[in-house]
This record gives sequence, C-alpha cells and structure tokens, in this order.
Amino acid sequence: MSNAAKARPTLRDRLNIRERIRDRDTAVYGILIIVAVLFPLVTVYATGGTALVSHATRAGYWVLLAIGLNVVVGFAGLLDLGYAAFFAIGAYTYALLASPQLASSPAHHAVHINFWILIFGSMLMAALFGAILGFPTLRLRGDYLAIVTLGFGEIVPQLFYNFDQWTGGINAVGLIDQPLLPAWIQGPWSGDGDFKIVSPFSFNTDPVAFYVLVCFLIAIAVILVTNLYRSRLGRAWMAIREDEVAAAAMGINTVTTKLLAFGIGASFSGFAGAYYAADVALVSPDNFLFIVSITVLVMVVLGGMGNITGVIVGALVMYYLVFYLIPGLPENATSLASSIGLGSLNQSSGDWPGLGEETQRLNFIIYGGILVGMMLLRPQGLLPSRVREQELKHAAVLEEASAVEEGARA
Amino acid sequence: MRSGASALTRFRSIALGGMSLADYGFYILCATAVVLLLAEAVRDTTNFAQTLVFGLTQGAIFALIALGYTMVYGIIELINFAHGDVFTLSAYIGTTILGLFTVTEGSFTALNLVALVIIFPVVMLIMGGINVAIERIAYRPLRSAPRLAPLITAIGMSFFLEGVMFLWKGPATVHFPNILPQWTTTVGGVFFGLKDIFVIITAAILVALLAFFINRTRLGKAMRATAQDRDAAQLMGIDINRTIAATFFIGALLAGAGGVIYGLYYNTVYYQLGFRTGLIAFTAAVFGGIGNIPGAAIGGLIIGLTAAFSDSYIGGKWTTVVIFGILIGVLVFRPTGLLGMRVPEK
Repeated sequence: MSNAAKARPTLRDRLNIRERIRDRDTAVYGILIIVAVLFPLVTVYATGGTALVSHATRAGYWVLLAIGLNVVVGFAGLLDLGYAAFFAIGAYTYALLASPQLASSPAHHAVHINFWILIFGSMLMAALFGAILGFPTLRLRGDYLAIVTLGFGEIVPQLFYNFDQWTGGINAVGLIDQPLLPAWIQGPWSGDGDFKIVSPFSFNTDPVAFYVLVCFLIAIAVILVTNLYRSRLGRAWMAIREDEVAAAAMGINTVTTKLLAFGIGASFSGFAGAYYAADVALVSPDNFLFIVSITVLVMVVLGGMGNITGVIVGALVMYYLVFYLIPGLPENATSLASSIGLGSLNQSSGDWPGLGEETQRLNFIIYGGILVGMMLLRPQGLLPSRVREQELKHAAVLEEASAVEEGARA
Repeated sequence: MRSGASALTRFRSIALGGMSLADYGFYILCATAVVLLLAEAVRDTTNFAQTLVFGLTQGAIFALIALGYTMVYGIIELINFAHGDVFTLSAYIGTTILGLFTVTEGSFTALNLVALVIIFPVVMLIMGGINVAIERIAYRPLRSAPRLAPLITAIGMSFFLEGVMFLWKGPATVHFPNILPQWTTTVGGVFFGLKDIFVIITAAILVALLAFFINRTRLGKAMRATAQDRDAAQLMGIDINRTIAATFFIGALLAGAGGVIYGLYYNTVYYQLGFRTGLIAFTAAVFGGIGNIPGAAIGGLIIGLTAAFSDSYIGGKWTTVVIFGILIGVLVFRPTGLLGMRVPEK
C-alpha cells in the first residue's frame, strides 16, 4: 500500500493511459468492422462460392463464446473449465424446442418455437444453470472452482447421451428449425441470378444471411460487455479479481457479484449455443466435450484476458489455426510434394503411411507446440488489457517486496 | 440481492454438536453410500466381492497417478494436465522396451522375470527425465507469469505428448505384452489372478516408498517446506528449482510405474488413454484433499472402487456422472477433501 502512495501517478499521466487504451481499441474495432464487411464481398467474388463465408460464420460463435468466457475468467478472475456445458445447454434448449425431436420422446408432441424468442430462452436457461451450479460453489476460491466446473462440463454431455429418450442420445438431434424473417435481400451468391427481395425468408437458403446474423450478435455482445465492464458491476468484478478479501471489506457482496459474472458468462454461452444449433441444424453431445471448453479458454488467454478486442482477435486466430490451417495441412503437404516432384512421398509404403496421413498425425504435435510456444513468447496474451498489464507489473514488484519483507519477519 | 448470500452463509454456519450442517451433509452422503453397498453385499456377495477386487486393482493405478497430481499441485499450485499423458507415454515406452526382449506371452519364463525386473526402473527413470524436461521447458519460465499461462502450456504439453504417441504408433490401440504369470483361482465364486495381487502389492510398495521419502529424507523435507511457503523455504537455503524439479521427477516415477502396471494388467493402451484417466485420477486427488499425499492414495482407491461399483450396479454409462457428481458433492460439502490439509481460503 505504501508503495502505491509513493508512486501515485498524476491525473495527467492517468488520462494519457486512458487515451492510449481507447486509441488501440478503436483501431482494432475499426479494422475488425472493415474486415467483417469486406470479407463476404471479397471471398464470394474471388472463390465464387460461400464456403469461406460459412467458415467465418462458424468462427463467429467461437467469438461469442470467447466474449462470454472473458466475463468469467478475464473480468471476475474465476477459472471456468466447463464452459462448453452451458454452450450445450443453450444448444439443446433450442434443438429440443424447435425440431421434431420431442415427437419421438415420451412427450409425443413436437414443439416449434420461433428462433428469435428461443435465443433468449436459451440464454436464460444457460444463465439459470450457471446460477444453480454457481450458488453452492462460488464460495470456493481459485482452482477449486475450476475443478467443480470441470466436473460439471464432464457431466452435462454425458447426461445428454444418457437421457436418449428425450435427446436422441448418440443419434443427435437433427432437422432443427432455421430462423425466419419476413423479408431479406438475396444476391447472386445464393445461386439464382440477381439481387432480389425474398419474402418470407428462411436462413437455410443463404449462408451469407447467417454471417450477417452472427456479426450482428457479436456487435450486440460487444456493446453489452463493454458497458458492463465500465459499470459499477464491472469495477466490482475487477476488485474481486485483484483481491477478494479487500473487495469484501469495501462492501462488495462477493457471492452475488461472482454469481452475476458466472450467470452472465453462461448466458452468452447459451446465446451462442442457440445460434450454433440453428446454423448447423444438428446437435450431438460430442460437440460439447472438454476440448471445447479448453479451446475457448485458450482463445481468451491467448488473446489477452480481460480485453475484449484481444479476446476477439484471439478467438479468430485460434479458429484459423485449429479449424482451418491445421486440418488443411495434410492436403497442402501432399499437393506441395507433388508439385516439387516428390509425389512418391504421398504413397504409403511399409511403415510410412504416406505424407498426407503423416502430416495428419502431426496435427496434435503442431497444436500442442503452438500452445506452448505462444504462451512462452507472450504469457500475457496477444493484446493484453493495458490496465491489467500495468497492474501485473505493479503487482510483481509489490509481491517481490512483500515476499522479502515477510521472509525477513519469519 | 443480499438475502441469497446471507442465507448461504447462515446455512453454512449452522452448527450442531461442533459440526457444521455441511459436514453433516457430507457424512450423511457417505453413510448412505456405505449402507447401499452393504445391502448389495448381503444380497449378492459373490458379485460384490468380484467388483471389490476389480475396483481395488483399478484404484491402485488411479492412486499412483493421483499422487503425481497432488504433489505438483501442492508445490506450485498447477493442475498438470500433461500428467495423464505422461502415464500413457510410459506404457508406450514400456511396450517398446519389452519388444527388445524375446519375452514369452501367456506363460512365465525366466526371461520374463528378467524383463519385468528391468522394465520398471528403466521406464520410471526415462519418464522422470521427460517430466523434468517438461517442467524445465514449459512451466519454469512461466513461474512468475499470470496464473493461467502455465495451465495453458500444460494443456499444450498434453496435446504434444498425445501427438508424439499418435505419430509413433498410429491411432489404433497398442498391444502390451502379457508377460505376468497366468495363474488364476476362484475363492467362493470370486475370480482373481496373480495379476490383481501383483498390481495391488506393487502399488502399495511404491506408495510406502514415497511416504518414507517424503517424511524421512532431506529432499522430502525440502518438498514439504516448499509446499508450505516457497519464499520462506528459499530463505532457509532450499534450492527451489531443484526441489520443484525433484517433485516432477518423483511424480513421473510413480506415473511411469502406473503406466507399466496398467499395460501389464490390461495388455492394451491407446494414445488418448491418459486424458480421461488423468481427469479421474485428478478427481481422486481432490477427493483425498489436494496437496495431501496419503489423501491422494486413499482417494485413488475410493474412486477406483466407486467406478467399479458404479459400472456394476448403476451401469457403465453413468460412471462419469457418478464420479464427477461425487467430485462436485465433495467440494460443496467439504472443500478440503476427505483428509484435507490445504484450506481453500487464505
């Protein structure tokens, strides 16, 4: 504490820091918006198809997940290793209430609720489960909470397997309803001719519509989270993250505040889940295993915990690596080998399984190596929160000083 | 807004006869489980005893892995996600080394005995070396970094090791030579073999050696001191880096032995085995009270038994739910675990 008084920055210094934060964030948001607008235009006309737009759409729900997990991990400092469970709850809420699935369940009656209503229903459902899990366990500190969420994340997909009467178990829920709109502008990319207004419009006829929808959802999420971060609640989260005991002493109700972080984080996951179910139209418990929670966590940590732009960039970078670059490696390696006259490498012979297969076997090593390497190079993430960066530096100095002090006393 | 939290606080602070209500909840749950198991034991003794044998064997292996988790967590508060894969890798190395001998499968020869005596120390030492290298490369540079950074590198290391095994032996299951004596017997309808006895006795010896090491040697004392207070230990002249490396080394010795035992017992391993096994062993460590060494051994046995009983009485597809449900229940009712030593709130 005495250290803080000694090195108290002047008002002007602080203003400078704030200005710099705002500048970098504005720049990143600007670039992201320009890329988001140009991406479908460029790729549709360059490749003549919408495959890349669909990829971007799928990257979109990872961005939504990362923004939500950032509230829990980055803002409030609660480690959640079972985030995919809430994603699953959101996806299954939509999948069961907007598909023929319940007709073959003991309820004998299919339910079809509108997407625009149900996306909020999924949100509330995930938030509810977040609160149910959080209420008894949020008293636990640090890693104990991580372990509880890990257990929850293992249980939820297994329950969706086991209650196969209702959820179809391993057979998954299919034929999920698409979102509908009264009218939509459709362009030549959908396969037939010119621009025209389609009315009524179903999203399954046009992948670009899903892309626009996810950009819209991300924009809403970013605005919500930014406002939350700047609110009284956001400051309470930060206080708890830094020192829970001190925060409680300042009159913050730590259990309620943590519960809100947990519930709000879960609701984003539910939101993304409903959207995901509508996009892929097929939901199976396999899509929500531990690896999903881990991937989202890696996105958050790698992007820069607590910084919304960092998290978005982290999610996009990780999506590109995990779902585009690494799965595409075998094909690229084989075509490269053929083009430079080493085509014989592509045939399997004896112990050698062929270059494509061999590269595929390398995937795990490459992914693991990237995780370790990136963390060693930038432990604070790609675009760390400036405030956090300063705090960490400060905290490291303080900690060292206090450690020596404590040691001397002991 | 406040009422929720204070209701929770009130619930937790209600005390009856010196125990809080949460403690009663924990004991009631344990007692219910014991009563249900006893009822099953009376109803069908043979099946119960058979499950018990299987659970103990499985639990002994879980215990060996759980010890590595608990030691590492105790000393640097890291959930070492790569530990389960260290366990699997040791089985892979074990089967390769056994391939160098012309062992006879299905019967027990003198050469098998030689191979058996050699394979344990060799695999254990190799794994110790690998784990120390992992600590040096992936965890030590991040010791003063934000807390989540080493967790991510641990996950990365886990993928890396899985990738190494995948690249080395391919995606299929790998056969581990069946070189133990095939002697089996039935006592009162319960079927068990020398294999079961071998697993349990080997695990017990290793745990006893570990307990001796931790409690009686200088390095063990240094480990306990470092786990309690790293800075103070350093001021007392303990080489922290060396002590942490030693912890990783010993954790890997046990996981290495566990991997070889697993291979000898089940005779088949695959590259992703360590993932689920590691999570379950970690649950065992938490169950016993993370950071607590006897706790991890007992937790391993209990989780092994639970898994076996759940497989037998509830059905295999519910075992995951049961095990992780127990994990959540333990943390809600008794966050310090069964023999808890470390307190979650500082």
